[in-house]
Amino acid sequence: MLEEHLARIAEREGEIHAFNLVTEDLARAAAQAVDERVAAGEDPGPLAGVPVAIKDNLCTRGVATTCSSKILEGWEPPYDATVVTRLADAGAVMVGKTNLDEFAMGSSTENSAFGPTRNPHDTSRVPGGSSGGSAAAVAAGFSPISLGSDTGGSIRQPAALCGVVGVKPTYGTVSRLGLVAFGSSLDQVGPFAATVEDAARVCEVIGGHDPADSTSIPSRFPSVTDQLDEGVQGLRVGIVTEMTGEGIAPDVAARVRAAAEALAAAGATVEEVSVPAVTYGLSAYYLVAPAEASSNLARYDGVRYGLRVDAPTTGEMMVATRTEGFGDEVKRRIMLGTYALSAGYYDAFYGTALKVRTLIRRDFDAAYERFDVLLSPVTPTTAFPLGEKTSDPMAMYLSDVCTIATNLAGHPAMSVPYGVGDDGLPVGVQLLGPTLGEVPMFRAAAALERSLA
Amino acid sequence: MSAGYDHDEWETVIGLEVHAELATCTKLFSAAPNEFGGAPNSNIDPLTLGLPGSLPVLNQHAVELAIRVGLALNCTVQRSVFARKNYFYPDQSKNYQISQFELPINADGWLELPSGKVAGIERAHLEEDTGKTTHVGGGGRIHDAEHSLVDYNRAGVPLLEIVGRPDLRTPEEARAYVSELRAILVAVGASDGKMEEGSMRVDCNVSVRRRGTEELGTRCEIKNINSLRSLGRAIEYEAARQVDLITAGEQVRQETRHWNEADGRTHTLRSKEGSDDYRYFPEPDLVELAPSEEWIEEVRATLPMLPAARRHRLAERTGVELDRTALIVERGLDELCLTAIDAGADPTRTLTHAEHNLSDERAIGLDPAAFAKLVGMETDGQLTATQAKTVLAELVEKGGDPADIAAAHGFEAMDTSELDGIVDGLIAEHPDEWQRFCDGDGKITGFFVGKVMKATQGKADGKVVTSILQQRKG
Repeated sequence: MLEEHLARIAEREGEIHAFNLVTEDLARAAAQAVDERVAAGEDPGPLAGVPVAIKDNLCTRGVATTCSSKILEGWEPPYDATVVTRLADAGAVMVGKTNLDEFAMGSSTENSAFGPTRNPHDTSRVPGGSSGGSAAAVAAGFSPISLGSDTGGSIRQPAALCGVVGVKPTYGTVSRLGLVAFGSSLDQVGPFAATVEDAARVCEVIGGHDPADSTSIPSRFPSVTDQLDEGVQGLRVGIVTEMTGEGIAPDVAARVRAAAEALAAAGATVEEVSVPAVTYGLSAYYLVAPAEASSNLARYDGVRYGLRVDAPTTGEMMVATRTEGFGDEVKRRIMLGTYALSAGYYDAFYGTALKVRTLIRRDFDAAYERFDVLLSPVTPTTAFPLGEKTSDPMAMYLSDVCTIATNLAGHPAMSVPYGVGDDGLPVGVQLLGPTLGEVPMFRAAAALERSLA
Repeated sequence: MSAGYDHDEWETVIGLEVHAELATCTKLFSAAPNEFGGAPNSNIDPLTLGLPGSLPVLNQHAVELAIRVGLALNCTVQRSVFARKNYFYPDQSKNYQISQFELPINADGWLELPSGKVAGIERAHLEEDTGKTTHVGGGGRIHDAEHSLVDYNRAGVPLLEIVGRPDLRTPEEARAYVSELRAILVAVGASDGKMEEGSMRVDCNVSVRRRGTEELGTRCEIKNINSLRSLGRAIEYEAARQVDLITAGEQVRQETRHWNEADGRTHTLRSKEGSDDYRYFPEPDLVELAPSEEWIEEVRATLPMLPAARRHRLAERTGVELDRTALIVERGLDELCLTAIDAGADPTRTLTHAEHNLSDERAIGLDPAAFAKLVGMETDGQLTATQAKTVLAELVEKGGDPADIAAAHGFEAMDTSELDGIVDGLIAEHPDEWQRFCDGDGKITGFFVGKVMKATQGKADGKVVTSILQQRKG
């Protein structure tokens, strides 16, 4: 199984650039260890021998972890992220570290210090981001599963653009220990997979309480895999009005309608529902995430690890290191966040954003009193050409307009491939659930998958 | 600089911020050891170094110690939230400090000084300590150093920052406040309170105002105070400096100043980032800290009797003034004294011994029954004050029965008739001196007492000798 995937990597990685690092030797050693466990009659685990690609903002012991930034040059973590440990314990075999927008800030994987990743369906197009490398790896068949992180849509958006399944679980169900922080109150690790079932299985492996993460929910991950065949009879599905109107390309909107019809045909009741506060999501997100990022990224100062650009004084060294080490988008967000937290502006910016978060939760809660699952597009369009939005940050930010509110609410959501757009490129539809509402969300996803079969 | 200013005209207003390192085994948010000393960068782990992907997990023992101090300081222990205090400094590995800002765990308390004065406590919150930077070359300051070395052993050590209200008025009160706070921290087992090792650090806010005015003057914060003595000196200097400025028609500028022990002055300290905007926001990696009522009450039930209560108890039981109890309680001898008194020892003599003859740290292990017996022997005239002191010292050192120790030293109660004979003999031998005594020359008393002591090898009681001399004078 491993060699098959390594061969595909050798064949197409040159044009796609899904990886910052392919860990071939480590993968072969890990695969051999799994074989030995099997030979010894031990349980090799639920993901025995399955190749997995890991987003390069997840710590891997002794293996460079760059966040696609120059500032972490040469840094090798002395520990594995909890999710990496759990995958290894389940028998999965890491094949490499995947490219991302620097520190997960971006929606196209073009903000990487090591060059962009390309969409396996059309290499002139972006794979989405920030977990573009992980999405492309699964889409190109480099690994059947991969891990990404989702702060404002960074799993779901690239999953949609690359035509794979991508899940952002409920905040707190998957440990953040070893995930290099961007927006700590929003960040969540989740899987990419070719199928809903594989994605469910990975969630169950990586999820569940981790005492080393104080925000971890003290329970097991909801048992989803064994409920995928339960169907959607009687399931109440709401189509989010605010996410389906203006700004959504007609071909994408058509696929969402098709998904709604498929769910209805399978026995679900489908109605429109308004979640008014989600329209403020983008504004609130671009205060909360940069504010937290400005603090989280303060540690990259050249003193202890990574890049150091020497200068006469400590202060000047820090400035020179950060000027050289960070890309434009990272600097832009650090400045935004620093400003949002400044004395005299806190209440107007960060304080207001926190209130909007509360409103978004309240409006979602109201919707989930009437519905089990919500449905919406993931992205306004199919994959866009490289370079199209790099000079216009606002246009890029709008790629996440449908995904961001979920992170602010801490809820689970996932992207399920549902056909193609007018250009023949993949379209994903988004299923959203309330806190720990993974079971109905996955049941609906499995039903959509079956409807295409 | 005026050596002193008119204290009748000017009043000094002092508020202290005390950082106490909590006596936990591990750091506030990680399992790295909390130990003083050790090779540089030996007590570290990913979180201490601020490595990417590391996360804080709150040390419950640190929380318990914080609650102990909060309760001992009569604070409200409340729901609290950790916040990030953002500023760049190389000894701070994340370039933010996890502290508590709007909602501290302990709020609105007070402590009572030995004088009986009550000083307010605004808050006592949990935060992590920073590392230590050594600037090599130049003047040892960051600005002109050739290079700097950072030791992160102390980074992440749990601190309780105890913010006092500006209720103190003199250097003596400030010192008493710090001593009292230290005694409380030690009593509840929260900290070793060692100023010299930096486990208790005092920053001092000082302002001056004309007596009779309500409005507070502009304050300066003084850092780098490493002993109680420095605290007093720094306040004296700073208050005088401010009075000089004001009387010269200038204004006091609000700033942080550095106490220089060598030249005995405070100097303007450059602020860390040029401004005080720490961009506080709630720490997203931690959840709110809300100790349950049950837990708080459990902790309260395990608190020992605190110094102020012990001073009041001792004063009430012995009838002495409150301020006389401070030293005895500070030495931890109040329980010993009370037990001895319960066993029949004379209260005044007991306390006198505790104050003057029991400075030895081992005195705390003294057997109260033996102590009581010794005081009894002294009261009954079997031992002189000097002899009692000798016996007591040996009791502290070796233990035993005071009667046996006295006998071993040959201390026996002298027969007064024997003393009468010695005194009469001395009067006959020294008529000139006797005449001076009879003429009222008080200084000559010592001459006779000394002679008697010599003749009796120190066994005589000086007071008894004096009274015989008075009797002979008639």
